[in-house]
Amino acid sequence: MIEAPAPLPAQAAVVPRGEALRRGLRANPLMALGAVLCLLIVAAALLAPALAPYPADAGSATHPFAVLQPPSSLHWFGTDNVGRDVLSRVIYGTRVSPLVAVFVLVIACVIGIPLGVVAGYFGGWLDEVIMRVTDIFLAFPPLLLALALAAVLPPSLTSLVIAIAVTWWPWYTRLIRGQAASVAGRPYVESCRALGIPSYRIVLRHILPNSVTPLIVQVSLDFGGVILTASALSFLGLGAQDPTPDWGLMVAEGQNYFTTAWWVVTFPGLAILVTAFAFTLVGDGLRDLLDPKRIFLR
Amino acid sequence: MIFYVVRRVATAVLVVAGVIVLTFVIARVVPGDPAATWAGPHASAAQVAAARRFLGLDRPPAVQLVSYFGGILTGNWGVAIHTHRPVLSDIGQAAPASIELVTAAMIIGLVVAVPLGLISARWPGRASDHTIRAGSILGVSMPIFWLALILQLVLSDRLHLLPAAGEFSPSLLFTHPLTQVTGFGLIDAPLTGNWPMFGSLLGHLLLPALVVAAYPAGLLTRMIRAQVLDTIGDTHVQMVRALGFRERTVYGRFAMKLAWNPVAATLALVFGYSLVNTFLVEAIFDWPGLGEYATASIQTLDTPAILGVTLFIALVYVAANLVVDIVQASIDPRIRLR
Repeated sequence: MIEAPAPLPAQAAVVPRGEALRRGLRANPLMALGAVLCLLIVAAALLAPALAPYPADAGSATHPFAVLQPPSSLHWFGTDNVGRDVLSRVIYGTRVSPLVAVFVLVIACVIGIPLGVVAGYFGGWLDEVIMRVTDIFLAFPPLLLALALAAVLPPSLTSLVIAIAVTWWPWYTRLIRGQAASVAGRPYVESCRALGIPSYRIVLRHILPNSVTPLIVQVSLDFGGVILTASALSFLGLGAQDPTPDWGLMVAEGQNYFTTAWWVVTFPGLAILVTAFAFTLVGDGLRDLLDPKRIFLR
Repeated sequence: MIFYVVRRVATAVLVVAGVIVLTFVIARVVPGDPAATWAGPHASAAQVAAARRFLGLDRPPAVQLVSYFGGILTGNWGVAIHTHRPVLSDIGQAAPASIELVTAAMIIGLVVAVPLGLISARWPGRASDHTIRAGSILGVSMPIFWLALILQLVLSDRLHLLPAAGEFSPSLLFTHPLTQVTGFGLIDAPLTGNWPMFGSLLGHLLLPALVVAAYPAGLLTRMIRAQVLDTIGDTHVQMVRALGFRERTVYGRFAMKLAWNPVAATLALVFGYSLVNTFLVEAIFDWPGLGEYATASIQTLDTPAILGVTLFIALVYVAANLVVDIVQASIDPRIRLR
């Protein structure tokens, strides 16, 4: 007699796509706030020409008869020392430092991930060399090394991106290396090796996908940090140069008029704060959802 | 333990060597000809060539690196272009003011972070927790150069609560001049019984210290909250509860004690970060420390001075991490075996 097949084990309660995220948001209203703010910032960046009341003021326009005017219905955030509308410049600013942050993080990942995977998976002297190099870079507080580099490079947005990216990759190499090393020791990777699968395939198909989660969280947490670093360097005159509507640069330019014209400094600085805050809230929430222990805030 | 210390010191020495090499490499990245910069805009070709020989730039890079290395080790960190003084003595003069500023900021940060972190962890998910978490993230997201300008405008320019800038009231220079003993004004003033100066120094320190404290306060609050939440369910903490200690004591004494170890590790990190953050605020507050020196060097493209400050802070940072690691290992034997 044929035995009836045992019933399949009930699948672990299937959580519909998006449900986990929704639950997370309810438990963490701050993350929801951050997500909304991030969406607004991205929207501002995409729609800048439509949103900004005076798009030409984001560039090198000057209005000698409307210099340093206080906030009014014409200029909600006032005007700066050459008469440009601060609101328009702040809106266009969403296209500068957030974009710098995207470039920095992409470059840092492109350098950091391969080195980390190689160090973690293969180990040995290669691991030793790569890790000692990261030790040297991590011996500098991140802003310091970026500052030294940006100071010797000609001031421009490109130099800014290079300077920050060069200081940022070692963190990712470290993070990925630790993950990759622990994945490399697992039995399924060993069986892959026993089956004769070439290492590049093991790395790409098994090691990388299984070690990348904490990196995603760290990258999202770092977004705010990179924006802060970039605007700090711009504030010191080491990044974007004049007509660029960069928030850090706007604060630096406004500080000479600050006691009489508070709006020139206040609004761009507020934009930096809100942007860094929003992205950090989201990164923080993601960390709580995905990986509560390993990552820390810089 | 001794083995651990030796190993840890050896890695630190290696890292320092690497750091020196890296600053050398950065110095060579400089576009343009350092000799031409040194000789000035109107120098003749012969003068530039002489400058190149004088600066040792005509030698092969490896030789330059060795002599640079030797210079760093023997205290010859080059001459700053904008002050015409040896970089190391400039740094020695500027460092105490910055260290005072950062230490004050760390103290403010801890005083704020410990109670807030504990409150946050004791009632997680409540409105108080959300508020404190939002506040701490606001602290770490703060562009402190902006905070410096805003607080300076509001607290001193408009409300006249705190002095706007400087290290002490200039009039004290004539009535109660500071006698240098250690170079740290806040130590020298009480040592020499110069109380008016001490009060003035403290008053001028408060505003910049509050600004620099934003980051440590935010970061440490988060750390303490996370650490306390992590350990509060552990059996030994439950044991304390079962013994009938009040909740206050359970959190404030026992859970907090366990949180100190990771917090101490973060302190070294935060100290380094804050030292760099002084670069952004010292010029605003006219605070005569490393940050003001660094910004002045950046504005004059003074490469030896910039790299000197960079190297100095990196060394302080490596040393702080070394000290924390050794202290932690002496408290917690598990660390030694890693």
